[in-house]
Amino acid sequence: MKIQEVHQGRLHSPFYSRLSALDTLNQWHEWKGYSSADALYCEDMEYFAIRNATAVFDLTPMTKYRITGPDAPDYIDRLVTRDMGKIKPGRVAYAVWCDDRGQVIDDGTIFHLREGEYRLCSQERHMAWLQTAAIGFDVSIVLETADVAALAVQGPTSFTVLSKMGLDGLEDLKPFGLMNFDFDGADLMVSRTGFTGDLGYELWIEPGKAELLWDALFEAGKLYGIRAMGTHALELARIEAGYLAAYQDFLPADATVRAGRTRSPLELGLGWLVDFKKPNFNGRRALAEEKRRGSTWRLVKLDIEGNKAAHHSYIFAKEKGNKREIGFVTSAAWSPVCKQNIAIGTVRMPHGAVGSNVWVEIYYQREMHWSRAMARATVVDKPFWFPPRRSATPPGPY
Amino acid sequence: MKTYDAIVVGAGHNGLTTAAYLAKAGLDVVCVEKNDYIGGAAVSRNLYEDWMYSNCSYVCSLLRPEIYRSLELHKHGLQVTPYGGSVTFKEDGDYYGSYHDAEVAYREMARFSVHDADSYERYSADTMRQCRFIRDFLLRTPPDPTSFKPRDIRELIEIGGKFMEMGEDRMYETIRFWTMSVAEYLGEYFETDVIKAAMSGSGIIGTALGIHSPGTAYVLLHHYMGDVDGNVGTWGLARGGMGAVSNSIAGAFQAYGGELRTEAGVDKFIVRNGRATGVALENGEEIGGRIVVSAMDVKRTFLTCMDKSDLPEAFHKRVENFKIRGSSGKLNIALDGLPTFPALPEGSTLYHSDMHFIDSLERMERAYDDWKDGTWSRDPYIDMVIPTLMDPTMAPPGKHFMSCFIQYCPHKLEGRDWTDPEREEFARTVIDQIANYSPDFKELILHYEIRTPQDIEDQIGITEGNIFHGELTMDQLLFNRPVPGYAQYRAPVAGMYMCGSSVHPGGGVMAAPGANAAREILADLKRPNTVPENFGDD
Amino acid sequence: MTDKYDAIVVGGGHNGLVCSALLARAGKQVLVLEANDQVGGAAVTREFADGYSVSACAHLLYQLQPSVRKDLSLSPKLAAEDMTTIALGENGEHVRLRRGTVLGVSDADADSYRGFHKRMSRFADLLRTYFNKTPPRLGTKDFQDLKTLGRLGFDLRRLGKTEMREFLRLIGINIHDELTERFDSPLLKGALSLDAVLGTHLGPRSPNTIMTYLYRLAGDHGRVALPAGGMGSISDELAHVARESGVTIRTGMPVTRIVVGNGRVVGVETGSGERFDSLTVISNADPKQTIMQLVGARHVETGFTHRVHHLRMKGNAAKLHLALDGLPAIDGLSKKDYAERIVIAPDEHYVERAFNPAKYGACSPEPVLEMTFPSFRDSSLAPTGKHVMSAVVQYAPYDFKGGWDDAARQAFEAAAIRAIERYAPDIAQRITASELLTPADIEREFRITGGHWHHGELTLDQFLFVRPVCGAAQYRMPVDGLYLCGAGAHPGGGVSGAAGRNAARAILSREKAA
Repeated sequence: MKIQEVHQGRLHSPFYSRLSALDTLNQWHEWKGYSSADALYCEDMEYFAIRNATAVFDLTPMTKYRITGPDAPDYIDRLVTRDMGKIKPGRVAYAVWCDDRGQVIDDGTIFHLREGEYRLCSQERHMAWLQTAAIGFDVSIVLETADVAALAVQGPTSFTVLSKMGLDGLEDLKPFGLMNFDFDGADLMVSRTGFTGDLGYELWIEPGKAELLWDALFEAGKLYGIRAMGTHALELARIEAGYLAAYQDFLPADATVRAGRTRSPLELGLGWLVDFKKPNFNGRRALAEEKRRGSTWRLVKLDIEGNKAAHHSYIFAKEKGNKREIGFVTSAAWSPVCKQNIAIGTVRMPHGAVGSNVWVEIYYQREMHWSRAMARATVVDKPFWFPPRRSATPPGPY
Repeated sequence: MKTYDAIVVGAGHNGLTTAAYLAKAGLDVVCVEKNDYIGGAAVSRNLYEDWMYSNCSYVCSLLRPEIYRSLELHKHGLQVTPYGGSVTFKEDGDYYGSYHDAEVAYREMARFSVHDADSYERYSADTMRQCRFIRDFLLRTPPDPTSFKPRDIRELIEIGGKFMEMGEDRMYETIRFWTMSVAEYLGEYFETDVIKAAMSGSGIIGTALGIHSPGTAYVLLHHYMGDVDGNVGTWGLARGGMGAVSNSIAGAFQAYGGELRTEAGVDKFIVRNGRATGVALENGEEIGGRIVVSAMDVKRTFLTCMDKSDLPEAFHKRVENFKIRGSSGKLNIALDGLPTFPALPEGSTLYHSDMHFIDSLERMERAYDDWKDGTWSRDPYIDMVIPTLMDPTMAPPGKHFMSCFIQYCPHKLEGRDWTDPEREEFARTVIDQIANYSPDFKELILHYEIRTPQDIEDQIGITEGNIFHGELTMDQLLFNRPVPGYAQYRAPVAGMYMCGSSVHPGGGVMAAPGANAAREILADLKRPNTVPENFGDD
Repeated sequence: MTDKYDAIVVGGGHNGLVCSALLARAGKQVLVLEANDQVGGAAVTREFADGYSVSACAHLLYQLQPSVRKDLSLSPKLAAEDMTTIALGENGEHVRLRRGTVLGVSDADADSYRGFHKRMSRFADLLRTYFNKTPPRLGTKDFQDLKTLGRLGFDLRRLGKTEMREFLRLIGINIHDELTERFDSPLLKGALSLDAVLGTHLGPRSPNTIMTYLYRLAGDHGRVALPAGGMGSISDELAHVARESGVTIRTGMPVTRIVVGNGRVVGVETGSGERFDSLTVISNADPKQTIMQLVGARHVETGFTHRVHHLRMKGNAAKLHLALDGLPAIDGLSKKDYAERIVIAPDEHYVERAFNPAKYGACSPEPVLEMTFPSFRDSSLAPTGKHVMSAVVQYAPYDFKGGWDDAARQAFEAAAIRAIERYAPDIAQRITASELLTPADIEREFRITGGHWHHGELTLDQFLFVRPVCGAAQYRMPVDGLYLCGAGAHPGGGVSGAAGRNAARAILSREKAA
């Protein structure tokens, strides 16, 4: 018996040939074993493609599981904090799942593909947890990351591009909806989902058709400003949209060593995803207790004065005379589309109520020298970027 | 007769560490060693032609970085290089490799089970949590839980505080961790037998327990809690072999003005009026010391080198019953070239890793059953590494040195001494097991050195050849080590101390017992402390 | 029928009966539902051959807690009390143990045993105090928890420096080392090893066996008794006391489901489809069965399921019942010795070797045995002039490789008979009927997962604060209204009633606090 040694370098997604053809920067990083581009030719242009035209991102390395079986609906419902009974076939739900201590393991999207059949997508890998959660349920959980090629097609002209590509009827697709199309004899699933906070879609297809799909897409988008993008542009867009990223705005609870470093959904501003009307779900008892006693942390979206991005900043209650910080910034950026200095952070309760002011300590470097500034920040409620086109159905041509 | 401020008996890494810190504090110190070379079990020997290799302890991770830094060991020739990975060959021709690169390691694990690959993260986090808990106590003196002294109570409160800090759930998990077996601990994370077998080895190395014996999860921790440059759980190789560790500490000791005497075996510790006053050497010479420190194991120290009448009866009895069981052997092999392992792809990085040849929990446990029956394992757990692939100093160019650590191997065979044919048969067992996976291996063997626990005892002096100077079971850990009531490095005789691996935090080339003992001694002598504090894990 | 009870107890084992009686005495309407036709669970007397009856599972009374006796004013009828343990030796040179005395060994061993027994009894007494309390939670600011923890610390210190050190040294280690340190007599070491490993998946060299030995001593001060009429008489008395207190007991009513509605317990359903409502359900079943089968994983959370799933509870103890046409002749035993507890464990290595195959799913070729001839003092159990032998035989692993079929059963029975034959050569001729209950049979007949008589291995990682599993040691399960009162809960198995009593007290005090 001769064993083929496990692949030693980075894996290539089925779109790699197309991405590398467009690549001029040679700036790649690893994403769950795959090569994923930071940027392909210009971070700024890629970003503005999201907000101004159509940007395409290779989502294939996203972890994907297929969950089926007679108990699949009950299983999913106990797994996540929100009421999955309300998510009908053909719909997608953003959800978080917790451990018994009510601490977030990860967030992700759950696609209700057909009656009782689901796809769960997340940044991190969770087979061990998903299988442990399956003890006592008649379900099958299959990892399908490599079996499904996926693209995010995001931006104001994305609907037009996809329509030009021949996806008839897409105009009826509402946010968090799913539609299936025939594409060269294969099933092309389109969901109106994304990580950019803009009008956008995600495309799912078997890997063998990946290049064909890419080519058709770029052909259709030629006149509508279609561009490929890397992670850096996406990262900026997701902060503007107020979305959370694992290992940045929270840590997966089961991979955390130090006490007090995990967060509950209530502490991440995801209370709206927790449905206490459900009699049982993972973390329910602990979250009910937290609700009664009050949380320790609060996630804040900050609108910061000035124009210096508050990367890794401490957050203080006052400008001067603070005994200690009340929290810190977890994601920060200058938002080109909002012309705002924005950040996502975590602060100790009771600080950080919406509308209140906090102070952010910003260090920035200009020609080798470092400077420090204290900037006033206002805690805001809504995502920084939330254009009407994001949810308009049917979407306009833009 | 010259009287020194302090005499340290045994120039192993712990004895040298104590000696170095005492000398650094300005004491007039002599360190005496029975052999004509120093290092004890952390030693590099030239026993065959141009081979210079670690013939006892062979890899390095536990050595406290605080000590490395404060004794400036790099200036005295120490260089520790991390290496990674392991491979476990399966009987069916497959193998399970553990790669240094996290993603490759993931992929390889997923080849057997995606569940296990994903579970690894939680396993690492949970194990790391226990590491962090224990690491803080390595460079500290264990408190006496029966004492009402402010210092002990303060220390107990601190441990309690650290424990409470974990939160309710983690506290229960910690209790379970400290009491369960390594096989069951791994069973809560992994489903694949070969993966569990590969990982369980750390739970039994040097230990007279099986993977199913409660308490072995801690032993696993003992092999995980070390670090190389802050990477907890990583192991390294000392350039030039483990002798480089001892030699560098000796270098520091001598730089601080200490005196090193080899071929100066101690016959007796001299006690006058209830106080240790010096040592009598085997050659009849007597050396005076204001204090004496023993780096030898407690049995050898108190039973062989002291009169029973000089010790409290209860203490003597506990030392008599101190568990220090020989359970590991070594086979050091000089090779004419690099053996091939056909299961592995050519040039695989796994050649650089630890190799194991036992692929199931059942085989691991059966290896222990043989030891219980008083014989070496017929199908042993071998931790094999070829350090010459990473360290060019150990063998002539193109030649190699192979270090085989073997679990289990008893100190005596069914209660009697080993004979030469039996030693050969033991070596044959090991060679045959490896040859099953490497057809050209036997032809490449130029020379081998067999080290049964009895050989280790005879040459180095460790009772029963137990690599940890005493089992790492709950009755011999922390405040129970070496025996309850005497865990604070002071022997029951005034002016006498213990600084070997028999005392907290135990064996492995850690140097922490030596440093802790020095700190206690300097406090008793009202000298300024030269022993560094824990860096602390943030 | 949907009667409304204050509490329903699932399973009429002795703990369930104790719990129900105490609740009824506090004024509760309590219903006990027992699957089998007689109450008692594993504490029952059964006819296994025409005219021959025997304690079908548990056969000796070690642990019945004085507190339980007192609370329920029990006065069990005993056929033999404070029994001697006779460790059979070759050539009729047996060793006899009773409390702190041992006969048949050297003076040095006898002396040493006295000291050993005294120390162990002292530690066992300390443990017993906590067997009668709900284990405290750690890290809470609850007054009761802190009080119990403080008390534990105080009690440890009160042992004195030397004894406290010994306690901390011994509590985690194996009995083999301690025995080797103290004794020479192989028979004495064998008998004490056996005491430490009976009913467990441990050998004398396994760390933790000092703890299991202490557990045995912590019952009735290490005294062993044989109930008259078999163990069933204890259960019958408990059932009687329970009924007198107002408990409704219904037998032949297997509960198939504990009904959870809106996140809390609302009742139970039986095999026949009958439904009984109650907002408090107390399970005397083992924790695995309770959670995984009766409640269902979907009604608890994943971390908890994981813990319950990984509970170690695979039994190794088989029960052998022999109908004999007369007492077997054992060299060196006097007539009255047949009333005692007789063990076959010639030395500690023998016990360890018997354990070895159990690790790999095979049976001991030379098993260890704990035997009694209950008919010797209790003529009700066998026809006149005939006898029954009741023996615990180890090790017969629950997950026997290849499965427990008739051939496997016969092979193990034969091994047991061979082991007895070494001391009683005529045993085979005396047998007129026999029955062997393997852990798989015990699982089926007494509904104990894994056939493990402690409802979960009694090791430190499943003990006290973490029994049955982390976060559920206070008898309350993480479903509102659900409690555990069986051996799977603190302190563990044996016919002790402690878990049942503690559970009842926890339920009542919780109600008072609410």
